[in-house]
Amino acid sequence: MSSVATAPKKGFDFKAFLANNGALVGLVILCLALFIATPRFLTGPNLLNIGIQVSTIAVMAFGMTFVIVAAGIDLSVGSVAALSAMGSSYTVTTAGLPDGLSIPVGLAIGALSGWVTGAMSAYGKLPTFIASLAMLTVVRGLTLVISDGRPISTSSSVSWLGDDLGPIPMPIIILLVSGLLAAFVLNRTVIGKNAFAVGGNTEAARLSGIPVKRVLVTVFVISGLFAALSGMILAGRLDSAQPTLASGYELDAIAAVVIGGASLSGGVGRISGTLIGALVLAVIRNGLNLLSVSAFWQQVVIGAVIAIAVGFDVLRRKNVKH
Amino acid sequence: MSNDALLVLDKVCKSFGPVQVIEDVTVEVHAGKVSVLLGENGAGKSTLIKMIAGVHEPDAGQILFNGQPVRIRDTKTSEALGIATIHQELNLVPSMTIAENITLGRAPRKIGIINRRAMRKIARDALAKLELDLDVNTPVGELGLAQQQLVEIAKALSLDARVLILDEPTAALTTTEIEHLFKVVNQLKDQGVGMVFISHHLDEIAAIGDFVNVLRDGKFIATVPADTEESELVRLMVGRDIDAQFPRVATEPGEQPLLSVQNLSDDQLKDISLEVRPGEVVALAGLMGAGRTELIRAIAGADKYSSGTVKVAGKKLASFDVAAATRAGIGHVPEDRKTQGLVLDASVAENIGYATMAATAKNGLVDRKGQKARAQKVAERLRIRMSSIDAPIRSLSGGNQQKAVFGRWFTAGAKVLLLDEPTRGVDVGAKVEIYELINEITASGGCVLMASSELPEVLGMSDRVVVMSQGRIAGELATNQATQDAIMALAISNVHREEEMGIK
Repeated sequence: MSSVATAPKKGFDFKAFLANNGALVGLVILCLALFIATPRFLTGPNLLNIGIQVSTIAVMAFGMTFVIVAAGIDLSVGSVAALSAMGSSYTVTTAGLPDGLSIPVGLAIGALSGWVTGAMSAYGKLPTFIASLAMLTVVRGLTLVISDGRPISTSSSVSWLGDDLGPIPMPIIILLVSGLLAAFVLNRTVIGKNAFAVGGNTEAARLSGIPVKRVLVTVFVISGLFAALSGMILAGRLDSAQPTLASGYELDAIAAVVIGGASLSGGVGRISGTLIGALVLAVIRNGLNLLSVSAFWQQVVIGAVIAIAVGFDVLRRKNVKH
Repeated sequence: MSNDALLVLDKVCKSFGPVQVIEDVTVEVHAGKVSVLLGENGAGKSTLIKMIAGVHEPDAGQILFNGQPVRIRDTKTSEALGIATIHQELNLVPSMTIAENITLGRAPRKIGIINRRAMRKIARDALAKLELDLDVNTPVGELGLAQQQLVEIAKALSLDARVLILDEPTAALTTTEIEHLFKVVNQLKDQGVGMVFISHHLDEIAAIGDFVNVLRDGKFIATVPADTEESELVRLMVGRDIDAQFPRVATEPGEQPLLSVQNLSDDQLKDISLEVRPGEVVALAGLMGAGRTELIRAIAGADKYSSGTVKVAGKKLASFDVAAATRAGIGHVPEDRKTQGLVLDASVAENIGYATMAATAKNGLVDRKGQKARAQKVAERLRIRMSSIDAPIRSLSGGNQQKAVFGRWFTAGAKVLLLDEPTRGVDVGAKVEIYELINEITASGGCVLMASSELPEVLGMSDRVVVMSQGRIAGELATNQATQDAIMALAISNVHREEEMGIK
């Protein structure tokens, strides 16, 4: 604490930067290590590959950031991604409706699922953990019902989400655009600031006249929308909507948000942090693959990284608040 | 003072970064004596306590225990020396029994199994030292705050504490509970325990203290006997004379009531009617649990009520709708600023701006420039001391945090201020500033309804006193004719109207 505060005011305060950007520093070190360890890491195709890998988790995690900032948690995002992908494809390929409806239907499914989760916890007083856990199962079940357990091929507009735009893959473009949008909404709009207030202190927010219940529903709708987008990107890349699509992704999304410095007790979180968190996970997976580490060991490593990253963050906060 | 002190902080210093929080402070703790630490919030009292408790180590100076220099590296060392701290936030597990709490972490065992009989005996002995008659099998969560505090003291004593630090122990206690606590403190004096006592209540110092160490801005000012005049203590603490502790400037009240409450009823509120006219300060007095907070919260829209009406300037307010109350000009400064008033991670500007954020937004975008400008303006007017308007509100002292909650409603243009214990945990200097704010509100045609447990504040700052008892209004007094005794008599009057009127 003292060393940080006594750093000279002039010039770049390196220690303060380190303390505030632990995940970014970790990511840079990780990349340097992989660059030294294998020549295949720093190549165009590999970086694009990482970009595509990270896009689905990061987009999902952007939405999750809103929920976590508001002191909630959304376990349903993986299932919502699957139902949205399935619904958007079903509309066109099975029901025969115009292709232009495909993506709007997918997003609507995401928003509606989020609304149900949010309403259950805001008006039904269920803890967000339970409400979204229930939705995780319900929504996955609906996906299986619609698809009858079989993959269906995607509509052409959903497929387009997984294509390339010139040299750049669409998922990376969507990642950047949706990231900027999420950061703007979180930091500049009343919706975002209300989420911080509700997550930081629900009672104080309520007594200041902030509509706490509506805020809670709104963050889940946002989370549902981003999950839907993420699901459609994933289906677009595979050119088919699988009923088991994105299962388990909710845990990666939560990990990305938390590695990015958000607090599960609410009131703290950044979209840039979440992106870095998602990148840390994707780069580790990519690096372990390049180094031919077995998929079984990869899981062990990823788990350890989550624990270490968040552990450092807890230590840092303790020092700041003394 | 003599050298037989139990514990001496000898010219200790402590800085956090460039900020010197403690500078050459000397404090002695003597066996069987109560050493009072007095100072405004931010004077360095908590840092000093943390040094004794082993949370911080001094940068310079030394700590002597029984005349020997010691290093208190961590809380374990402090505990081993026989030092115990009773914090405002108690360290008890509510779901566990008194006996389990007293022996927490050191339960007596036989071959690895907890010996419950021995455990209860330790607990009973500890309670007996304080002449406390409690069943050691009661879960701590079922006890009142005052009793929990005594259990914590008992726990400290069973650890053979010789130095006891009491950090604002009376802040949340009623008068009777405080008397009981002081009785216990006197017993501990007889048993030779040395104590450090922190309180913002000057009247308690003479009642319980032996000598007073005054701190100001981290510097040691003086050690004076506990029977020093209150005005002198205030002068030492604040560094200047405070003209009046209660600077109420009465305003001629308007004719039409600004706030009117009619037949408000709920589980804890029974048929409450009252009016507050523009320019008036009405105090709500009563014992804890009399329904003052419940009434304030119901009027503010924070809680539901089952029947009755609340009108502001003649217009009826929707029940349980904070936003509607805010629009009508109500501002609510809640009982506990940390849990109900502020978002501690957010900045000063954001906290001041919460009530106006939605109204000033354009197309859903927060008016960040305007928010900062408005907050800066109100912060200057209320003399909120902070490093910057973007600083987290957490970094402000209690009094300045409280002023920020006031600032929120000033910015929102509130005309009816509902204050719930407005100066709790606020030091003398900031208290007077808050009182001056109350004067400003009434001078500009607003009105104030203030619930307060501090009778001097009730008598000093209000124009009328409404006394509540068991959820009813027990009576009303003009402040210039009211006395502490008259208020207390009403507060404890048991209203048995239900039985008289034979309501089911």
